[in-house]
Order: sequence, then structure tokens, then C-alpha cells
Amino acid sequence: MINRRKFLVKSATALAITFVVPSIISNKAHAKKPLAEKVSDKQSWGIHIDTSKCIDGCTACVDACNEENGLTGFGRPETDSQWIRKVTVKSNTTDKITTMPLMCQHCENPPCCDVCPTGASFKRIDGIVMVNQHTCIGCRYCMMACPFKARSFVHETLTQQNTNAPRGKGCVESCNLCVNRIDHGSETTACEDACNNLGHSAITFGDLNDKNSKISLAMNSNNPRRLRNDLNLDQKVFYSNI
Amino acid sequence: MNYTLEKLKTCRYLYWGTFLFLGFLVLLGLASSAYMEHEGHYVTGMNNQIVWGLPHIFAVTLIVIASGVLNIASMSSAFDKKLYKPLAPLSALFAIAFLVSGLIILVLDLGRPDRLIVAMTTYNFKSIFAWNIFLYSGFFVILSIYIWTMLDFNVSKFSSVVGKLAFGWRIILTTGTGSIFGFLVAREAYSTAVLAPLFIIMSLLYGTAVFYLLLRIISKMQNITIPSEITVNIRKLIIIFLLANIYFLILYHITNLYISKQIAIEKFILLDGGGYTTMFWLGQVGFGLLIPLFFELTNKDNRDFPLTLTSIMVIVGGFFAVAVIIIGGQAFPLNIFPDHTIIESSFFDNNIHGYTPSIYEFGLGIGGTSLALIIILILITNLKFIPAKK
Ligand code: SF4
Ligand code: SF4
Repeated sequence: MINRRKFLVKSATALAITFVVPSIISNKAHAKKPLAEKVSDKQSWGIHIDTSKCIDGCTACVDACNEENGLTGFGRPETDSQWIRKVTVKSNTTDKITTMPLMCQHCENPPCCDVCPTGASFKRIDGIVMVNQHTCIGCRYCMMACPFKARSFVHETLTQQNTNAPRGKGCVESCNLCVNRIDHGSETTACEDACNNLGHSAITFGDLNDKNSKISLAMNSNNPRRLRNDLNLDQKVFYSNI
Repeated sequence: MNYTLEKLKTCRYLYWGTFLFLGFLVLLGLASSAYMEHEGHYVTGMNNQIVWGLPHIFAVTLIVIASGVLNIASMSSAFDKKLYKPLAPLSALFAIAFLVSGLIILVLDLGRPDRLIVAMTTYNFKSIFAWNIFLYSGFFVILSIYIWTMLDFNVSKFSSVVGKLAFGWRIILTTGTGSIFGFLVAREAYSTAVLAPLFIIMSLLYGTAVFYLLLRIISKMQNITIPSEITVNIRKLIIIFLLANIYFLILYHITNLYISKQIAIEKFILLDGGGYTTMFWLGQVGFGLLIPLFFELTNKDNRDFPLTLTSIMVIVGGFFAVAVIIIGGQAFPLNIFPDHTIIESSFFDNNIHGYTPSIYEFGLGIGGTSLALIIILILITNLKFIPAKK
């Protein structure tokens, strides 16, 4: 834990020094919370997705994620990174069709972290699962282990990256719940904002520990469930109405 | 048996020819890896769907062979079979060479091979991968000591103890290698306990085949004949290991068929997986197990030629077996939504993933394999490894 915290504090400090005024690091970052404040287990971040509100053909969340994290592709869909994707499924029993975004499910017992030889894949105490881009050796064992295919390997040299989302060729990456925004005090992720802006409101981000948070309220009324509950991974991403 | 150990005394041209040829392939492997690292892995056939490819097939096969070739030495040290005692040093040398080359391929295929030092110093003890790094380094150290006790008369009294240690270690090591796959909870192809014994028996089979082949080549170069007891015995071993391999393979697939959620992947490998099904039936089962078994059962007078052919086929079949396990297991889409069918996804969630390896991955694999052979060539030329009658 100490190492993870140190890593985060270090990276945060580096960013702060580079940009002097933290609030201009990114126009999407909200400086409500001082960056030096430690990550704590008081929060448990999660996402709820109400699939009944998700629109077939809409990719606003995907586009927003790509922009937030600088995921410009190379026109090679098999090797380009996708932190969030849209999938459409059909029930084998009722033929019901559901469309929804799929990303890292932020498992409480993450197989990706269990298998990572260097500990580069780690879970913060607030539940965010992410990859330390300084210690990932690019073995891709975590990609083999993830039951949701949530991870991407950076297959090409990157240029003009976003400063708020460090990435690197030869390392693995995945959705980190907009950790940079959250650590700056934001209460929304880029995908949630984009979905809300279009008036769909299918994605709700928030603190699962807070009974009155918007995510807790959304979960109460929606009978949410986890994907592949049989694997006992206790993910922090929930789906309703599949 | 009264014997001494000798260096390789082959004609200079043959030595240098082999050396240069293998050296060239090693350089080619290095160049391939440098190119993949420089450009990024998009130039390979691997992608976000098939994340482990040809380099991993080569590496796993070599590591499995490394543990298996030691079998010859184990039979002399752990089971006190005098027949194999003169061959024990060679057997241990082969083990080291294959282990090193398998590991080097793995490292050179990493996204960040330059961070090897991170891998060697930062461990996540929950990871079986990290444990394997220990198992491999330990194996290397034990084997080196073992070879030393066999080559240096002053310490030879320890050789039996170290040999037994090496024997135990290699069983754990192969189990560890098999477990790399066993820990992938969501990949149906890998989630049966039978995978570990299957890997052990595969290592025994491939290792014995490789040992016999190399022994044949070395005896040709050295102009000596392999004693017939050895050939008789190796043929017997190969038949036993072939039968055991077939048994565990059947057991593995039957176990999978019993677990209802694994039926789909079984159907995929055994029936309708296209190239993967062909690789399984023709490559792994036919070419690698059944035809060799037929050859050896009919080879009643222990002739060298069928045994050589068998060994080659077993190794090629073994390569296919590892390919079916590694690539087949990834090609089958993950079951993210049980009771649902994925009808659309930008990330290929609903497709059987194809994999066409690039020339660079092949180059790296061949280069790595050549590295094993060149290590062997250099060491048997400079140190006394080859048995000769007194
Ligand atoms: S969804 Fe995959 S990448 Fe995300 S925490 Fe779980 S195992 Fe790890
Ligand atoms: S690719 Fe990186 S994050 Fe994933 S298991 Fe390997 S070292 Fe860990």
C-alpha cells in the first residue's frame, strides 16, 4: 500500500510542479480536493450502468474516454487500445437485446493484480484498479487473467499524449475510473459526463460507501447485478436491466 | 561400466560451420526482437485478443523440454539406473541450455524487456509468474552445481544428492509452468487440475525425444555408436511416455466435458475450431502421439532410424500441443455474459480470434532455439561431457 501511495503522491507532485497551478492541468479537472490528501478507504468508488437507458449506436462514453485519456488509435482495431467499448447482447432465453458499455470492472479481488509478477497492476484502497506505468514490464499476463478482456497493450509508439493520463509503448493499460480527475476532486468520470450531456444518464459514478451518493441511490432502485458473479470477484461496476 | 568423459573432437569445418549457422540464427532472433521492440508489437501477429503468441509457444515448449531432458540424469541419480550415469552430465547440460533459451525468448518478447531488472527486483508474491522466476533461477543454480559435481572428481560424492534435489526441483518447476495457465480463472480451457500432470508427462516425453536426437547428432559428430542398451531403453521410455501422454490427454478432455460450462470450449477444440481443431487432431494427436506410437510398437528390433523419426515427430507434435493450449485457449471468446450471445462489439468479443504469426516472432523463436544448441555446442567442445569407453 505504502508504495502505491508513494507512487501516486510522487506522480501527483510531479504534475503539480510541472503545471504550477493544478487546476489548469486539464480543463476537465476540478480542484475541489487538495491533491496531497491521501487516498483513503473511506470511499469505495464504483459505477452503475442502467442498460435500459443506454442507446444502441451511441458511443458518447467511448469517445469521451478516448479524449480524456488521449487514446488516439492508429486505425488498427485489433491492436488499438480500448478502455471502454460498447457491446450488444441478446438473451438466449428471451431474445431481449441489451446494449451497454463494458470496461474494467474494478474487481475487489482482481485476477489481474493476483497474477502480475511485478505488482504493477494494483488496487488502491479506494477500490480503483490501475497499472503503474513505471513498473509494468509488458508481460500481458494480466490480460490473460482478466475475465472481461478489459485491458489493452500499447502496441505502438505514442506521441502527443495527454499529461493527465501517462501511457507508454509496451505497457498494459485499462480504465482507471478517471483517477486523475477523481484525485483532483471531481465527482464524475468522463464517460458519465458524456452520457449525461446527451440526456441518457445511463452511467452513474460515485462512492459505494456513502448511502446517499448518487450511485447508491441509483443502485437501490434498480436491482443491479455484477457480470460473471460466479467468479466471486466482487466487482465495483454494476449493471441493471440486462 | 567403465567410462571417461571427453570433449567433442569433430572436424574443424563441421564445428565452425555449425557454429556460424547457429550463430547467424541467434543474431536473426536478436534482430527480430529488436525490431519488434522498436516498432511496437503491432508488427507481430499478436494483438489485444491473442496476447501470447508464437514466442510463448517456443518458450513454453523449450522450458518444458528443459525439465524433461533432465530425466536421463534423474534416472541415474534419483533412481540409481547405472546405464544412464555416463549420460547424466549431457542431460543436465541440455536442461540448462533449453531453460536459458526459453527464458530469453520470454524476456525478449516483453513489452519492456529493458525493465528486466524491475522483474528481478520487484516481486508480487501472489503471482505464480513471480514464483516461476524463483523456480527457474533455482533450477539454473542447482543444475550448474550438479554439472560441476559430475565433471569435477573432487566433489563427485555430492553428485547423487544434488541430482536428487534437481529431480525434485524439476517436478515442481514443470508444475509451476503448467500452473501459469491454471490460474486463469476465466479461461475455460485452462481450469482443470489435470493440466499440471499433463504438463509433467509432456515434459518427460518431449525431453526424452530431444535427448535422443541430440545424442544421435553428437555421436555422429564424435564418430561413436550409441550402445544398444541405451537405444532399447529409450525406445521403451518413449512408448511408456506416449501411452501416459495419451491417457492424460483423454483424461483432460473428459474432465472438461464433465464440467458443463467447459463444454463449449471442448467442442471448439475437438470439433469446430477450424485451424485449432486441425492442429489438435493432426498435429498434436496424429503426428505427435499416434503415428510415433505405431512406429515404436512396430520397431521391435530397436532400429535407430524409426526412433529418430519418432523423436522428430514427437517434438513437432509437442510444439502443436503447446500451440493448441496457448493459442486455442485464447482464441475462444470469453464468456462474459452467460446465457447471452454477444451480437455486436468493437473489441471482437463475439469472434473466434484468428492468429497469424509474423516472421519476426518466428525469427525470435528460431533464434532462441538456436541459442540452446549453440550453448550446447560450445560447452561440449570446451568441457568434457561426452562419454567414451575407457
Ligand atoms: S475487470 Fe479485469 S482489469 Fe479490471 S480489475 Fe477486474 S480483472 Fe482487473
Ligand atoms: S503486463 Fe504489466 S501490469 Fe500486466 S501483469 Fe505484466 S507487468 Fe503486470
